[in-house]
Amino acid sequence: MADIFDAYALADAWDEMFVRPGEVRAAYEPVLAALQPIEPTELRFRADQMARAFTDRGVTYAFAGEERPWPLDLVPRILDALEWDLIQRGVAQRVRALEAYLADAYGGCRAFEDGVVPWRLLLSSAHFHRAAQGIEPPGGVRVHVAGIDLVRDEAGDFRVLEDNVRVPSGVSYVIENRRAMTRIFPSLFAEQHVVPVDGYAGRLLAALRAAAPDGAVDPRVVVLTPGPSNAAYFEHALLARLMGVQLVEGHDLVCRKNRVWMRTTRGEVPVHVVYRRLDDDFLDPLHFRPDSVIGCPGILSAAQSGTVTLANAVGNGIADDKLLYTYVPDLIRYYLSEEPILPNVESFRPDEPGQLDAVLDQIDQLVIKPVDGAGGQGIVIGPKADRETLERTRKAVAADPRGWIAQRPVALSTSPTLAGERMAPRHIDLRPFAVNDGTDVWVLPGGLTRVALQEGNLIVNSSQGGGSKDTWVLAEGPTETAYPEPAGTLPEVAPRQHGPDGNLTLVQEGAQQ
Amino acid sequence: MNDVILSRIAEALTWTGRYVERADATSRILDAYLHRLLEDPWRDEDAACRSLYAILGVDAGGQPVDMQQVLDQLAFDALSTCAIEGALGAARLNARSAREAVSSEMWECLNSTWHALADQRLAARRTGPYAYLELVRRRSALFFGLADSTMSRDDSWRFVILGRSLERVDMTVRLLSVRVLDAAHAPDWPTLLSASGADEAYARVYSGFGDTPRVAEFLLLDRDFPRSALHALTTAEECLAALGRPRQDPARRPIGRLRTRLEYLDSQAMEDQLPVLLQDLQAACMASAEAVAERFFPYQGPVEWAQEGARAV
Repeated sequence: MADIFDAYALADAWDEMFVRPGEVRAAYEPVLAALQPIEPTELRFRADQMARAFTDRGVTYAFAGEERPWPLDLVPRILDALEWDLIQRGVAQRVRALEAYLADAYGGCRAFEDGVVPWRLLLSSAHFHRAAQGIEPPGGVRVHVAGIDLVRDEAGDFRVLEDNVRVPSGVSYVIENRRAMTRIFPSLFAEQHVVPVDGYAGRLLAALRAAAPDGAVDPRVVVLTPGPSNAAYFEHALLARLMGVQLVEGHDLVCRKNRVWMRTTRGEVPVHVVYRRLDDDFLDPLHFRPDSVIGCPGILSAAQSGTVTLANAVGNGIADDKLLYTYVPDLIRYYLSEEPILPNVESFRPDEPGQLDAVLDQIDQLVIKPVDGAGGQGIVIGPKADRETLERTRKAVAADPRGWIAQRPVALSTSPTLAGERMAPRHIDLRPFAVNDGTDVWVLPGGLTRVALQEGNLIVNSSQGGGSKDTWVLAEGPTETAYPEPAGTLPEVAPRQHGPDGNLTLVQEGAQQ
Repeated sequence: MNDVILSRIAEALTWTGRYVERADATSRILDAYLHRLLEDPWRDEDAACRSLYAILGVDAGGQPVDMQQVLDQLAFDALSTCAIEGALGAARLNARSAREAVSSEMWECLNSTWHALADQRLAARRTGPYAYLELVRRRSALFFGLADSTMSRDDSWRFVILGRSLERVDMTVRLLSVRVLDAAHAPDWPTLLSASGADEAYARVYSGFGDTPRVAEFLLLDRDFPRSALHALTTAEECLAALGRPRQDPARRPIGRLRTRLEYLDSQAMEDQLPVLLQDLQAACMASAEAVAERFFPYQGPVEWAQEGARAV
């Protein structure tokens, strides 16, 4: 019988499903057993059905100016309880360290005085905003939501690729992927113990409410979006809907007397927490870009005077600057007195004396990244780049060492992915999402697994044509019970009433004509 | 001409409304339960299925039950009006017997739905029941939407809406009963809210997430949410008021009493008397439905059209 895994040839990387050809990892056994007998046409059918459902539900993203259904691959990515425990602790640790760094950088600057991080790193950051200096946010939280990108290297170890503490996006796709998978593969799902992901909106709302300025009794939270033309608008709307809060655009808000109000049919209503989904630069034309019309003039002054909380806080960009990334392991040791749980990818700082030449010399063996690039833009993969690109990059790095970092290339792990009618290995990464409510950093079980749909491609961003996978965290056996143990008997509930058609058999025969 | 309506027609219209609502509500409940069962790794399938049977008033028997059996019995059984297929079949037959009273579009909606179910039922064996359940919800919404936009607001329309409202109270109360009377087997609050189609509406009102009294309060007392007991009772009462005798209407009295009781109930009191309240609500709906039958459909036994159908064989 034709088998969709017939032609599955392992790539030169860690494979999530197979140890070696034919030998499947324990966590994947049930999934393989369920998928293997399915005919390719049937898989296509389900994939098409899923795409249609996404289109119908408006779960789409803009690719090359076209509205496309969110690309979800049919093969889930599975993390066992041990792997997840490590990731969860590592991500939470990272977020705590970045919080401490932000508080320090916008406060006492201890780390700079102590020489852990050079001063110039802060002062030369494009995201360092004086406007954020001296603001003490409620509960000390600046990173309410974080997305930490992880990859698995050749040895199977998870490494942090980058931190996103400004406006990390993608969590809506985690929620929608799960929804779609349970609907397309209910039987497959029923056999697994997968930790649910539907608690996210509740956690987020609780954290946002906890971040409200002191004195707000029943704090009003809103989600601020740039509007429907934004690529992530679907996510903004979903989060607002799940939390039951208003989704506002800049012109729905007005600032008066250093307070933020929203315009409603009942007049102006005060707003206490703004979960903003637009970048600092567009937030407030009075402070940042005067040509921007998507923000709200005065909102920053209101935040400074403490009447409204912005989540995530303004100025967080200094913490996900890719150059700072190279210092995070040191920051973890410095602020938390802990060893990093998740290692970085081996990195070089052209900015640092002595390293520039080393980087330029072996540029064809490194991955070169602009420090404030987003969505995979501007990344040059040395071993795959042509001579001309390398030359151009070498000049750019030499001219602006602060603008770049270099990393050892990591062959991202691969996972079986439906390509045409067969399974083929494709590179994947993982973005877990963390929510910080001030007392606890909670990590949503799983996260967004992105997959590079082109063979051999290492860049997984959806803006570059990447796809996604539902990420399953397997529960650690039935020790934890969501429901109390069944006890006693079921209640008596009244019988149903019926209309004048008790004899359906008879009538049905008539209906068959 | 149009100021009178045959008892038989009135009865058929009421049950059409009831059965479509029943199919809709059942599909929501099944969908929410299935989803929960799949998503919750610590599920106890047998217990959850049993609580589902209890909600829907079906005897589960002594053997362990699984989801497939639940679907066979509560979705695909064409012979039971407690199942989606049976309810929609019965709605279709009722509407056919009242074809001059319902609009063509309404009839066609039910008829094509009935025919479309078979395909979806087969597909459900392959890819799960979601498309089937979704079809049912969409067509139910279409049916009532068509009733809204193609029927005059005369007595015929009132009987359809009365049937829908009584069934709605019944279903909401059933859902809550299992939670309140038997928390061990019960669905959690998010499941309960989505089974009532109320999750998003609830989140908007409370800007937050459920605890017991709040959810019960929303599903029973919310004035604006159309599936709350209070809203559905109010609608049923309005229909009866327009249909009927001004005073001493035995159909209106039980639900009118309950409606006023709910109107002025504060949440603490509601919490204290919840079990009793739920029983009273159920009793009131049944009493009202019986009184409606007695007054508007004053005859018993199998009705004429059933025999007509039989003769056509």
